[in-house]
Amino acid sequence: MIGEKRPFGNLPDVGEFAVVVEGLRKSFGEVHALRGIDLTVERGTVVGLLGPNGAGKTTAVRILTTLLPPTAGRASVLGHDVVRDATAVRRLIGLAGQATALVDELTGRENLEMLGRLYHLPKAQARERAEELLTEFDLLDAADRPAKTYSGGMQRRLDLAGSLVASPQVLFLDEPTTGLDPRSRNGMWEVIRKLVAGGTTLLLTTQYLEEADELADEIVVIDHGQVIAAGTSDQLKDRIGGDVVEFSVTDSQQLGPALDAVAGVGDGDPEVDDSRVSVRVGNRGSELLLEVVRRLDNTGIGITGLGLRRPSLDDVFLALTGHAAEAS
Amino acid sequence: MSTGDLSIGATAPSWRWGFTDTWVMTKRNLTVWSRVPAILVFTLVQPMIFTLLFRYVFGGAIPVNIPGGYVNYLLPGIVGQTAAFASMATAIALAVEIQKGVVDRLRAMPMARGAFLGGRLAADVVRMSITVLVIIGVGYLVGFRFQGGFGSGVAMVALAIALGAAMCLISATVGLWLKNEESTQAFGLIWLFPLTFISSAFVPVETMPGWLQAFANNQPVTHVVNALRAFALGLPMHDNLWLSIVWIVAIVAVFTPLAVRAYQRVS
Repeated sequence: MIGEKRPFGNLPDVGEFAVVVEGLRKSFGEVHALRGIDLTVERGTVVGLLGPNGAGKTTAVRILTTLLPPTAGRASVLGHDVVRDATAVRRLIGLAGQATALVDELTGRENLEMLGRLYHLPKAQARERAEELLTEFDLLDAADRPAKTYSGGMQRRLDLAGSLVASPQVLFLDEPTTGLDPRSRNGMWEVIRKLVAGGTTLLLTTQYLEEADELADEIVVIDHGQVIAAGTSDQLKDRIGGDVVEFSVTDSQQLGPALDAVAGVGDGDPEVDDSRVSVRVGNRGSELLLEVVRRLDNTGIGITGLGLRRPSLDDVFLALTGHAAEAS
Repeated sequence: MSTGDLSIGATAPSWRWGFTDTWVMTKRNLTVWSRVPAILVFTLVQPMIFTLLFRYVFGGAIPVNIPGGYVNYLLPGIVGQTAAFASMATAIALAVEIQKGVVDRLRAMPMARGAFLGGRLAADVVRMSITVLVIIGVGYLVGFRFQGGFGSGVAMVALAIALGAAMCLISATVGLWLKNEESTQAFGLIWLFPLTFISSAFVPVETMPGWLQAFANNQPVTHVVNALRAFALGLPMHDNLWLSIVWIVAIVAVFTPLAVRAYQRVS
């Protein structure tokens, strides 16, 4: 194979996996942040590392991005060991985290150009790339204002743009939307979706099931430094029973007829708590919500508080671990 | 992704990237300095206040036996103190950037390892040089006059900057170990105040009690300030110059590896 051009340059052939993690452990003294994690991320896919605060998500990302040496186990990115071959890994990855790398006093454009220079792009190319990213991330209007004047959402977008100056093949996003308001969060999701559509491999951490659901092809749930479940969003939801249609009857006398009306909709028998009825509808939420409404409407039973509840991280945790997703 | 992108970081030898990256970081730090009026004012105004305070408030009570009187005695001292104090900003800036997570992000990039520290030190040395020149200007306004030639003036400025650079290394180590803005600031005062005030910078050491003289006469700021004064006023140098150089070289030799280790340890 020597001298022969391989599809990925002079990288060793690592097949379909962009990230491979085997038996990864990290201890800080008596604190065991990671207790043996196995994980793979297929090229061009998005894996969401889902877990509560303190689960070990950030530690895992820090090891994968060469910032921390593991206590035991191995991790590689595109075939490069993150410890022995850290420099090669750094050339291929992008990282955006909870903390931004921005310099508040520099403008958006200056920040991106500076990062481009630090990624060793020639000056002209760094300038061009900055312009490109500012356009792509809808920051052109604010390009020449100091970053400190940006809103929280804009700063995150600029920071994300900064992690992309060198067109990384693998991107790590550590809680990209934590602390953002819902509108900015949606904006970030949009941007991330576009990136992924362009073929970037992405590993993101999040505390929000909804976010993992929206963005990830595969979700890896971690808790206390261990993987406790992995699979697609639907697979995970199936394990915990999926979405739930909920409603209350206004008159508790009508509970019986209401239960009769919705019998057979969803999975299993509806659950009743006081006058509140929960119907498990798996991943056919919207479709079966309509069905429930139609049937109740036909009977003329008065209902309140009708809604479709999607399982939350708490539901996932409760189902998988028996404890709530609180930071311990 | 093409292999062309991969080779971006590999087209030049690593020592060249060391320079380029350090330069980029230096420019970044100087730009920040020039854009934050508060820092700009603080770094320039604080030594001016010291100059005016000692020239007009305390100076009259401090008899010195040198040509031109106390203002000529004072200014080399202020220059030395300014250079030493400037290092405080190094420690604080480093601590802030660690706290903000900037260091993490930079360390996950292929930039040269030494560029973060190098760029910080280089920018701080430039900043300090400007401050020292401004202070000499202020000194002229309040009556200071060089008694030596132009060459001695240049030598004085160069020695002051060398002291400041060495102090920056100590400060950098402190900032990188403490990683916290407030404690860095507090600790900076603890070591910088005695070092600059219990020296020959403001008053002749002979006026201090004997036990204090023992410290004052054997610490780097006194040697450097005495050497600065000899350059500025054309006084005999005695052992001060070579003792200054020995101190500065020793500080650099000890604290460079310590600062680098502290930086690598940041996580």
